[in-house]
Amino acid sequence: MAMAAENLVDENPNIAEHKIIARDVSVYYGEAQALKSVALDIGRNQVTSLIGPSGCGKSTFLRCLNRMNDVIDGCRVVGDITLDGEDIYDPKLDVVQLRARVGMVFQKPNPFPKSIYDNIAYGPRIHGLGEAKADTDEIVERSLTRAGLWKEVKDRLDKPGTGLSGGQQQRLCIARAIAVNPEVILMDEPCSALDPIATARIEELIDELRENFTIVIVTHSMQQAARVSQRTAFFHLGDLVECGDTQQLFTNPNDERTQGYITGRFG
Amino acid sequence: MSLLILAATLLLLTLAGYYMGRGRSVAVSQGVTHRLHSRPQYYGVYVALWCGMPSFLLLALWLALEPQIVEMILVSNLPASILDLNPDQRGLIVNQITSLALGGIVGGNITPEIEAAARDYAGMRQTGFAAMAVLVLCIAIFGLALGRKQIATTLRARNRVETIVSAVMIVASTIAIATTIGIVLSLLFEASRFFTKIPVTDFLFGLQWSPQTALREGQVGGSGAFGMLPLFAGTLLITFIAMCVAVPVGLYSAIYMSEYAGPKMRAIAKPILEVLAGIPTVVYGFFAALTVAPFFRNTGDALSLDVSSESALAAGIVIGIMSIPFVSSLSDDVMNSVPQTLRDGAFALGATKSETIKQVVLPAALPGIVGSVLLAVSRAIGETMIVVMAAGLAANLTVNPLEAVTTVTVQIVTLLVGDQEFDSAKTLSAFALGLMLFVVTLTLNVIALRVVRKYREKYD
Repeated sequence: MAMAAENLVDENPNIAEHKIIARDVSVYYGEAQALKSVALDIGRNQVTSLIGPSGCGKSTFLRCLNRMNDVIDGCRVVGDITLDGEDIYDPKLDVVQLRARVGMVFQKPNPFPKSIYDNIAYGPRIHGLGEAKADTDEIVERSLTRAGLWKEVKDRLDKPGTGLSGGQQQRLCIARAIAVNPEVILMDEPCSALDPIATARIEELIDELRENFTIVIVTHSMQQAARVSQRTAFFHLGDLVECGDTQQLFTNPNDERTQGYITGRFG
Repeated sequence: MSLLILAATLLLLTLAGYYMGRGRSVAVSQGVTHRLHSRPQYYGVYVALWCGMPSFLLLALWLALEPQIVEMILVSNLPASILDLNPDQRGLIVNQITSLALGGIVGGNITPEIEAAARDYAGMRQTGFAAMAVLVLCIAIFGLALGRKQIATTLRARNRVETIVSAVMIVASTIAIATTIGIVLSLLFEASRFFTKIPVTDFLFGLQWSPQTALREGQVGGSGAFGMLPLFAGTLLITFIAMCVAVPVGLYSAIYMSEYAGPKMRAIAKPILEVLAGIPTVVYGFFAALTVAPFFRNTGDALSLDVSSESALAAGIVIGIMSIPFVSSLSDDVMNSVPQTLRDGAFALGATKSETIKQVVLPAALPGIVGSVLLAVSRAIGETMIVVMAAGLAANLTVNPLEAVTTVTVQIVTLLVGDQEFDSAKTLSAFALGLMLFVVTLTLNVIALRVVRKYREKYD
């Protein structure tokens, strides 16, 4: 439990304030330890950004939050992560249900090779939301509108989602994640494959979505972290070095490794 | 034997050319090889190609054409008594002469004229060979000298070797294409001869197949009906049964291997499945005839069903087993090439594994899977051995899989096996059947290729 970040989190975190509470989380890929005893609280209806140099474990931590690491061979997660006080690594927990509550957007836009409509409707259909066509139509429209894509695609909902531009595809993926009505949205470098204009649109969108969702975003861009998030966590070599208010972390970091990273001396 | 020595000499010269070219290029550059345009090896290959290519080409051409030319000279020198004979007899005598000259055993009476001609022939062949050897060697040495003379620091040996290599590849692919065209043309030609004897409509739409034609007046059982429908119906029936086995089994094993099996299991299971593709079809044939067909007949007896001992069912199932690896191996590759990010996307929405496979992986891989199934279908349509052994020769127009049927390929085999005259409707019909089969499998292959190509564009 000897960790640098311990002093930065509450011993008795407030569930009302914090959506996700992670304690002593370590992740191993085979023999290699990718994450070392991380403790981090994710604020409700806040954007929390995870920053750090490549290979520091920030994506690994993100994938712990909806148990996407289960898919990877030889990956082992220890520690406690609770979502609204519920242990998500409880063997009795239904992973499928968890992932419906904790949605995810990936680094590379990955629309299914289906129509735009079916891309959005896929999640609601498997979870039995919107049995009737009219309900599905409504979910599709609402999700696309919230993702700021409705106006652009409303006349070609039956066209393949793979035919959209990169930025549109990523917004489609965000709409797809929203459609199942999750509580948390995880974003793994959602803008790294996009141009600056598309990036700006996604960032605006993230800010709007904060009202209804708890968002965790992994990013390589410190400017992006500063622009979109309220809280920032800095990871380095598998350790959570520092976590705090974004403004404070970028202007007055406690740790000299954070200082070094945000001023561009390494990473 | 002496030909072997000649070829070996040429090979040695070529090898020498390589070392000479390399050595020369180093000498030309005065030991500073980076002043050369290309690496010294390229100069070596360049000289070797100059030495080897023309000489080997000439050798091949000479060997191909010489016997014909010498024989023409031989025929033109024959005495009038032989030339006046009819073409068949003359051919016989020419054969006698050549085999006598080559020291073979010769039947029939050997007249002094024939002996003299044989001596002439042997002499001509010997002189011809000597002339060829000298010429070929001269060309090789000349080429060697020419290539070596060109070597200079500015010679772009690398680019020239590249040009020659690409030319060789063009020639190779041209040979493959020309052979295909040749086969198709010969099929077309023979089939058109068949259609002069039997009307096309009778062939395409006839419901009866009994290719025995009467050799003499009033022969019994020589009706000669050439309707291809029973054969194609049999082919389709057997292919359908085969696909009923191969598609589900192959597809499910592909899904298991690509989605569920761990890397270790996959590394073991996939090669084992592919062994199925390596078993000769004749082995499958007696497996079908000795194990599967009796099993169905006995089961049929037990259920008081009338199952003939050679049934479409037995043949179809065994062909299906044979086709499993085509479906499973290709589909497995296709499903593996579906990006992991798509699966992650579905998992992240809370889809279960089987939902992800059914609704994301399979639709994404569908075109490739269709391609693999079509490949298996064209294999099954062309399959002969198993059907000969397990499904019989009776051309029944039926959809009952428990009866004996026959297929197009089997009929082609039976039409052409044994002593046959190649101008009767019976034997010519084989070419017409072959042509139809070719058209069908070609169409299927084209469709398969189209589908696969469409799939390739999907993720780019």
